[in-house]
Amino acid sequence: MSKSDSSKSGNDFISHIKGMGFAGVYSKYGTILIFIGIFIIASLIDPVFLTGANLVNVLKQLVVVSLLAFGVTFVIILGHIDVSLGSVVALTGTMAASIMHYTQNIFVAVLGGLALGIVVGFANGYIITKFNIPAFIMTLAMTTIARGTILLYTGGRTISGLGNFKVIGQDSIGPVPISVIILLLFMAISWVLLNKTKFGRQIYAVGGNERAAQASGINTKKVVLLAFIFNGILTAVAGIVFMSRINSGQPGGAVSYEFDAITAVVVGGTSLSGGTGTVVGTLLGAMIIGVINNLLNLMNVSSYWQQIVKLSLGLLFYWVSRTCLRCTLMPRRTRIIILF
Amino acid sequence: MLKSIEKLEYVLEMKAITKAFPGVLALDKVNLKVRGGSVHVLCGENGAGKSTLMKVLSGEYEIDEGEIFFKGERLENKDARSALNAGIAMIHQELSPVLEMTIAENIFLDREPTYSETSFLGKRFINFKVLYKQTQELLDTLGLKYDPHMKMKELSVAGMQLIEITKAISRQAELIIMDEPTSALTDTEVDMLFEQIGYLKKKGVAIIYITHKMDEIFKIADDITIIRDGQYIDSNKASEYDHNKLVSLMVGRTISNIFPKEEAEIGEIVLEVKNLTREGVFKDISFNVRRGEILGISGLVGAGRTEVVRAIFGLDPIDSGEIYLNGKLVKITKTEDAIKNGIAMISEDRKDEGLILCRSVLENISLANLRKFAPGLLIKGNEEKTEAQRMIEMLQVKVPTMFTKASSLSGGNQQKVVIAKWLLGELNVLMLDEPTRGIDVGSKSEIHKLMSKFTKSGLAVIMISSELPEILGMSDRVVIMQEGRIKGELRREEFTQEKIMTLATGGKLNE
Repeated sequence: MSKSDSSKSGNDFISHIKGMGFAGVYSKYGTILIFIGIFIIASLIDPVFLTGANLVNVLKQLVVVSLLAFGVTFVIILGHIDVSLGSVVALTGTMAASIMHYTQNIFVAVLGGLALGIVVGFANGYIITKFNIPAFIMTLAMTTIARGTILLYTGGRTISGLGNFKVIGQDSIGPVPISVIILLLFMAISWVLLNKTKFGRQIYAVGGNERAAQASGINTKKVVLLAFIFNGILTAVAGIVFMSRINSGQPGGAVSYEFDAITAVVVGGTSLSGGTGTVVGTLLGAMIIGVINNLLNLMNVSSYWQQIVKLSLGLLFYWVSRTCLRCTLMPRRTRIIILF
Repeated sequence: MLKSIEKLEYVLEMKAITKAFPGVLALDKVNLKVRGGSVHVLCGENGAGKSTLMKVLSGEYEIDEGEIFFKGERLENKDARSALNAGIAMIHQELSPVLEMTIAENIFLDREPTYSETSFLGKRFINFKVLYKQTQELLDTLGLKYDPHMKMKELSVAGMQLIEITKAISRQAELIIMDEPTSALTDTEVDMLFEQIGYLKKKGVAIIYITHKMDEIFKIADDITIIRDGQYIDSNKASEYDHNKLVSLMVGRTISNIFPKEEAEIGEIVLEVKNLTREGVFKDISFNVRRGEILGISGLVGAGRTEVVRAIFGLDPIDSGEIYLNGKLVKITKTEDAIKNGIAMISEDRKDEGLILCRSVLENISLANLRKFAPGLLIKGNEEKTEAQRMIEMLQVKVPTMFTKASSLSGGNQQKVVIAKWLLGELNVLMLDEPTRGIDVGSKSEIHKLMSKFTKSGLAVIMISSELPEILGMSDRVVIMQEGRIKGELRREEFTQEKIMTLATGGKLNE
């Protein structure tokens, strides 16, 4: 309701920024600022970080977490959660590896893995919507069910003899790794789905206010079910990439990957209470996690310490983003203290 | 110190208070002077800045410019606690007591009396004996007959409010802010509250009272201050105002016609329901509504009006009965069916069932008609924006841009967004459940104007309202419900307030 004409002309970026206020700027650009900050810190700490080979490595490493994070972004915008990602990565990826082992046909193996992902996503979504079971409980159960199933199937043994299965995770087209192409492809799909389709609008609506969405003629259960299926597909893609990268089927692999994915989503600005969130934010969140992972590796920090550091940082980011939603109500000095 | 208090006529002086939020100047040099021991009513439409002004006073918001003097001293409001310590207490519209705790525990929450330092238990242990004794003394002085051991959840809303006032008194508050305290109270409870307010006045406590209810204002106010669009408009003794003057100062114009009903051509029957029944909720509901007509549904709260409309919209199931649209039987089991048939409902609870508050105005407007903009997979963004802009202009929704979040709009503008959502589609029947509840006077009449406009364009409108003037002012015909049944139907020429009330309370008309 400002009487100025600046909003009318609409192209004055500075006045646009001013109009948004601090919380507005933070919620829009905060994640990218954190990313830039961490990137600079990483390159200062270890000169190896900025080398081309290492950066490609960073990208390759964050593919799996990013794929998981894109899928679970949909679920979290809906106000639900999925804590079974790591186990389902192991289930779908190892199963795809197993199919590869027997058929030596990469297409059949990939399709098999994806189909299993759809089944898991459907099971999660169907039980949550049909029986009104909280997503946390359902997917917590799925964590054990998925892991148990694949351990049972493989007898706990690693599956090898996978022929050209490793192409997906290890080969490149020109300088670009295939896994990164897969990442970009699914990022584009996720972005289009969320921003340009009816389905995306319905996800935001159901996550923002389920009753109002229903009163607008949206079949809310169907939306939730479809989002979990999409999440299942992306988890399977991540599973296939994961197993292909290590060229074996590891039924005990990808433990607690859900935490990296959920942290990425939260750091990327998606609210756990639903209704808001973006794909680009999630990618930035995943990149922040990826850079931190890489840096800790370069510094030879033990993997146990890495987990502690990573999740503590996750908590910190979560706190900052939550706090800064209320920042406009605080004195300027407090805001600065909180930010730095 | 003492001398200065004697001189003081005003216990509180707020001078040229200015507060801006991103994009909005919420308060623009607002003044407020409150006399000690008086009830000062703060008047203004929704969105005028009343709540912001009170939040500034209670320390929830920082001031951009201006000064507050309390008891002659400049008040440096750092946070809610410093205002509280100075003697300013705010009783919020929505109370948040700890329901599982007793009255005494609630009153002394976070400052419970403890044992003395030297005693065996020491300062960390609460002395419950003293706690309950002090509470009893407080309640006695206020003349409240509650047992301090009672749990908070056993009290009515009015009871909780009275305890909240008691808490303020126990903190030695000399200024109590009450934000629409009667919105959830029954008439007898309102009397109880007013009695307490009278008592507080005698004790010299000043009260700032925010309300929308005109009859309350003149019953209780000593002084009145009116603000509009964040600006100070007028302030004087209550006796200097009457109803019309107050309304015109609040809206800045004289409302010549509160109900701008215009005659529309009434055509054929659009919607007809026959013997609609939902066991235990409503029974044998039959009525029809014609093109260009406003059908009012009147009745007391709980008569089953909302439930009937929800069933027609497919939100609730029905056990038996038929719905006809343009003479054809239609089956409605879910909202999608109703929307396909051009039946829309605007719920009485905008925030709960009308809007996705955390999303943009644009997304809210297009939500029910996404099919229209996305015949294939993708939404046609430009078409969507053009249509939304058309709606915003047609309904005169006041909003910076269509990308603004719905949560930042005032009640009246939010309601317009909900209406816009349905107008985008091909509508036959628009059902409005309490369309102007919680909306300020100016926006109310705008929404009534829109209703007239809709009927002129051939829409059939069903309106549920608990406000009799609204029913009388807007309806062409009224159906009156009582305890889940239709008790009568009156045409515009024959309905009066008395007739409707008689039917709604279960009486019979004898002519």
